[in-house]
Amino acid sequence: MTELLVGTKKGLFALEGEPGAPFEITGRAFAGEPVDFAVRDPRSRRVLATTTSPFYGPKIFVSDRVVGDWEQAEGVALPEGGEEALARIWVIACGEADGTLYAGGDPGVLFASGDGGASWELNTPLWEHRLAEEWQPGGGGLCLHSIATWPGEPQKLAVGVSAAGVWLTEDGGASWRRGNDGIVPRYLPEATPVENRALCIHHLERAPRRPERLFMQFHGGVYRSDDAGASWSDIGAGLPSDFGFPLAVDPSDPDSAFVIPLVADMDRVTPDGRVRVYETRDAGQSWTPRGDGLPQRDAYLTVLRQAFAWAGEGDSMQLYFGATSGELFASANAGATWWTVASRLPPVYSVRVLD
Amino acid sequence: MRTMAVVCVHGPLRKLAGDRAEHRTEGATVEELLRALEREHPGLTGWILDERGLIRRHINVFVNGERGRERTAVEPGDRVEVLPAITGG
Repeated sequence: MTELLVGTKKGLFALEGEPGAPFEITGRAFAGEPVDFAVRDPRSRRVLATTTSPFYGPKIFVSDRVVGDWEQAEGVALPEGGEEALARIWVIACGEADGTLYAGGDPGVLFASGDGGASWELNTPLWEHRLAEEWQPGGGGLCLHSIATWPGEPQKLAVGVSAAGVWLTEDGGASWRRGNDGIVPRYLPEATPVENRALCIHHLERAPRRPERLFMQFHGGVYRSDDAGASWSDIGAGLPSDFGFPLAVDPSDPDSAFVIPLVADMDRVTPDGRVRVYETRDAGQSWTPRGDGLPQRDAYLTVLRQAFAWAGEGDSMQLYFGATSGELFASANAGATWWTVASRLPPVYSVRVLD
Repeated sequence: MRTMAVVCVHGPLRKLAGDRAEHRTEGATVEELLRALEREHPGLTGWILDERGLIRRHINVFVNGERGRERTAVEPGDRVEVLPAITGG
């Protein structure tokens, strides 16, 4: 039995089922509200959900179960009296240290929790960069959406901000440096000074078995770093488009990555009306389409950056992704074949598998 | 001058405010009233006013039936309604 948490424009859904068949919706929370992201911390077994009520603003809630009592987390706000307000929480990631969690959001902010998500504290050093420098938002806002922890090294983090690039810390967030060498923003004039380049990172993932390796889906470009995010090489050749949002990795294979190409920034749908995941097993030297079981005609879907999830590894790796049109697809064999898990959900914002 | 007005909250705000809709609260402006209400019911913090002290974009505040803003003056006995805007998608 596999259980999923699916954040949508109209609430959080819990689904469960067996490979090869539609899943059953087993619970819904935050009915009517946008749920940007939800995940279960495998250590505490508690579920964390981020909501952005159009009325009441962004919040993080914590509960023992989806259909249960949700408690609002404390500290999820910017300093009072400033010129900015928190707009959205995009992602929550488990840290390497016990009980530690990280949350990223708009406007380019990182929060940390040391108590399993009950309370949060703004990472001030990164916020001070944000205040001192001119960070430009992407189309979805100025979002810190990717948090790549380093297995066994709780002090090391890489975060991705749209459109303020990659930021790296090796001291648990006490200090930060940029990690953007080699990234080419084709949407800017070549003469734009490096320090003025708005770098629209769409997603970052670390290869856990080789943690100095990271993969990135960029706003036009797929990249790989082999030096912990300091520099990047374009590996997008061979894809039908190097534009897209989410990216997945096989935890057992540091040469693996999965992307879901969309046509381009001006046409954010699956190319040629076909839904295909592209897989590399040679660190981006070549890409193979994986679409067996996915819609292959008249399908113009958009898959957002948090709407691609995985569990397991190797040949039996499970992959799940949802679309803004409400479909949810899955593979139980690392993308070789796919089936439809659900087809009439609200627009899907995030998908995560319960460990 | 400090004045006592009645602040009315609805929906999830009511639950956060001790499961009570009407609150006699002290303040000379809408913002002062709302801050006072937050102090009385800390769970409301961040739900009506954001970190900047601004009323959230899709919340409407009415003072005796007229649209009010953060600095709208409040007189003794005024009735301040806090309502979600007609918005959505």
